[in-house]
Amino acid sequence: MKGSFIVNGLPREWEFPEDMRLLDLLRREGYTEVKCGCREGMCGSCCVLLEEKLVNSCQVLAASAMNREIRTVMGLSEGEEPHPLETAFAEAGAVQCGFCTPGMILAAYCLLKENPDPSEEEIRRGLDGNYCRCTGYVKIIEAVQRGARKMREKEVQE
Amino acid sequence: MKELRQVGRSVTKVDSLSLASGKAKFTDDLLQGDELYCLLLESPHAHAEILSLDASEAEALPGVVAVFHGGNVPRVLYTSAGQGNPEPSPYDMVLFDNRVRFVGDRVALVAAETEEIAREACAKIRVEYRELPANFRPERARDPQTPRLHGDQAFMPIEELPYRPEENVASEVLLTIGDPDGAFEESDFVEEHSYSVQYASHAALEPHTSHARLDPMGRLVIHTSTQVPFHARRITAKLLEIPVATVRVIKPRIGGGFGGKQEVLLEPLVGLVTWKTRRPARLTLSRKEVFTSARTRHPMKVRLKTGFLKDGTIKALEMENLMTSGAYGPHAMTVLTVSAWKCLPLYNKVENLRFTGHTVYTNTPVGGAYRGYGATQSHFATNQQLDIIARTCGKDVLELAKSLHIKEGETSPVFEALGEGKGGVTQTITSCKLSECIDRGAEALGWYEKRDKKLRQGSWVRGVGMAICMQGTGLPRVDLGAATMKMNEGGSFNLLMGATDLGTGSDTILAQIAAEVLGISVEDIVVTSSDTDTTPFDVGAYASSTTYVSGGAVKRCAETVKEQICEVAAEMMEVPREELIFAPGGEIRHPGSDKKVSFAEVAQYTLYGGTLQQIGATGSFSGEVSPPPFTAQFADISVDCDTGKIKVHHLVTAIDCGQPINPTLAEGQVEGAVLNAMGYALYEEYRFNKKGGVTNASFWDYKVPGPMDAPKITTILVDSYEETGPYGAKSVSEVPMNGPAPAIANALYDAAGVRLYHLPFTPEKVLEALKKEQRGRAS
Repeated sequence: MKGSFIVNGLPREWEFPEDMRLLDLLRREGYTEVKCGCREGMCGSCCVLLEEKLVNSCQVLAASAMNREIRTVMGLSEGEEPHPLETAFAEAGAVQCGFCTPGMILAAYCLLKENPDPSEEEIRRGLDGNYCRCTGYVKIIEAVQRGARKMREKEVQE
Repeated sequence: MKELRQVGRSVTKVDSLSLASGKAKFTDDLLQGDELYCLLLESPHAHAEILSLDASEAEALPGVVAVFHGGNVPRVLYTSAGQGNPEPSPYDMVLFDNRVRFVGDRVALVAAETEEIAREACAKIRVEYRELPANFRPERARDPQTPRLHGDQAFMPIEELPYRPEENVASEVLLTIGDPDGAFEESDFVEEHSYSVQYASHAALEPHTSHARLDPMGRLVIHTSTQVPFHARRITAKLLEIPVATVRVIKPRIGGGFGGKQEVLLEPLVGLVTWKTRRPARLTLSRKEVFTSARTRHPMKVRLKTGFLKDGTIKALEMENLMTSGAYGPHAMTVLTVSAWKCLPLYNKVENLRFTGHTVYTNTPVGGAYRGYGATQSHFATNQQLDIIARTCGKDVLELAKSLHIKEGETSPVFEALGEGKGGVTQTITSCKLSECIDRGAEALGWYEKRDKKLRQGSWVRGVGMAICMQGTGLPRVDLGAATMKMNEGGSFNLLMGATDLGTGSDTILAQIAAEVLGISVEDIVVTSSDTDTTPFDVGAYASSTTYVSGGAVKRCAETVKEQICEVAAEMMEVPREELIFAPGGEIRHPGSDKKVSFAEVAQYTLYGGTLQQIGATGSFSGEVSPPPFTAQFADISVDCDTGKIKVHHLVTAIDCGQPINPTLAEGQVEGAVLNAMGYALYEEYRFNKKGGVTNASFWDYKVPGPMDAPKITTILVDSYEETGPYGAKSVSEVPMNGPAPAIANALYDAAGVRLYHLPFTPEKVLEALKKEQRGRAS
């Protein structure tokens, strides 16, 4: 089948089989920042924003995302400037292998949009659904706190 | 000691921003879309002979390009263990055999134009099996009536290593020091307990994946998620019966390894498809396949007997380890050896000890390297025994641990007796801050405020426990790392390393070492790693070796480069080279004359019109010793006496890893290992059906700790300096895996007075123990 999508703000038109998952379609089309860790909807590596809601793209039929807005981690940053959360993850040492990071950052982004100054407990809850096997989440939580500060500062400046 | 400028700083990991923004490429991100889709047909039986395999229907399916199986692939015996050549693991597998030995064993490989066609073709392969009796129990493996798994042609490539497939014995390690039997007689107390640890998955988030294509020159290029690119190249070439020079292996960014990717699993398969069909090919394991047919932590039964005096002095120690190899024997000898070698030297004051170790074949999933590598299994037992001894003698376990552990200037006969196939290496401990780790960790946990207090809150009761552990740092006179540097115009450098960054940050810390030598910053160094065509040899990322071994190579290499720069600078300034000093920021000064040249000027002079040379060098390093890192690890837990559920509040690790090259990255290694270990302690395990199939091969059913499950984790990097390491460094990544499980076990005893000997501590097991304890008290 054929369908239109809006990915990171740009209109796209793709042919795809009707049972194709959004994860596979995005990766086929070069959005390799969307990772495949389990294909079971458990690990969160394949998270994208669908109409600004966090979803595991391995559990979404591509057909159901037609004519809707999809954002990957690449769609967070404006131009060449990295998103404050990306910088925060790098600075805090929250990126080890980095396979979970794009999904984790999207989960953090969703959390901070609702709650710009979350407690540690709220961060854990916000990231629940995203696995990381490398960090023990210690520096990821630090990174979200750091990123939240950066985003609040940026907000004030703007 | 010289002031350090780059080493000891938490430099931001060189690849972290590109990873965070999703730009960095992992193996599967480099697919070009024209690859044949490969799919494995796996055995449904735990043990069976393949009487016949008919792939004709599958082959006839439009879009199927090839089907490989025992009937059309040469039988070359090998081991999938990514170890040195020859490997100290039995050659007991071939790519496709006429016999299957566990549920998930390989039967055939389909290469097709699409995934759908590959799946359909797999279903059309007709296999006639004759089921054989299977054995799932390691303790029965050596019985004469138990079916033999191997023995036709399997052999151990290092002849002097014990290997008796006729008894299902994949390895044996025997060691006696002193007179343990006599010493048990002389002991005031003898404690003997049987412990067991279970199967576990590494659960790296990126599943195993490889793809291959022929380059324009007809060479086989494999991109793969591996910890061991050079071993993958060698083993692939061997299995395809082509020269090593024909194969190029590249490791892009990799989504975690933890030992699971120290195994050459998929490279020979995609290599085979591409070499035979001349088409690009890809193979990615599903999460289920990662659980069932990749590698696991070796389960182990540890019987530990200690004889000790009333003052806590251990007179004799006897450890008998029975390790489950599963259906094949990768790492069968080395994990077993490490279970003694990287555990027992910690108790070097014990003069009488006996170690009896066997690795046995069973019709179950295959064990392999897993962070901690045997040491995890043994430390689980020794640390509970330490707690038992302290309680029996009425001693403070912290003080007892401090009195027992190995110290600087001391050695252990175990170091000399055991090694990786060649015997051991005598070594004296040159750095050990374990006593300080114990003090610092206890303080951070609030040990004395909580120990023996049994603080209650409703049905919950609180307790604390401790464990002390060691590991090694690379394999002495076995592991080799090499690095090449060259100077570029502008005064920057390329650093080319075989070393494999698994997300550990080795690209960064190795660049820090080079930068330290040359007095520049990490930004002046372009790192390229893990490409068998362009980077020098390195055994790969395992045995806690990279910082020490590859780091040693980088340091040597950079020092040679520095010498070359010095020589050119002296010529440029027309002054004696002995009088030159290197100033930070890439400048060479002659204090006597105020003359100076920059690295950029040196590069210009060497490349254009001056000496006309490429400044550059290759450095190699292999350790003479394997200095152990040490940890004291603490757990603060509560247990719900109504349900048996354990809640971990706080895990503290105080570690002596020598001088951390990058403290933030070193902490990250500890934190990740600690949480992995907590999962192992509480719930991670394989469950099997009666036919030997894994019933929880999914993240839904195999619990990996998520953000809500993680307790407070504290890491203390204790000041230490290892004189044999680059800038004082030792290893860090494996040792913190060992302590959390026994610390939690000891905390459980502290809280509730029950001791659990068998991991994991599920609520069911804890509740049963609590009930038993209550019944015991009532009667």
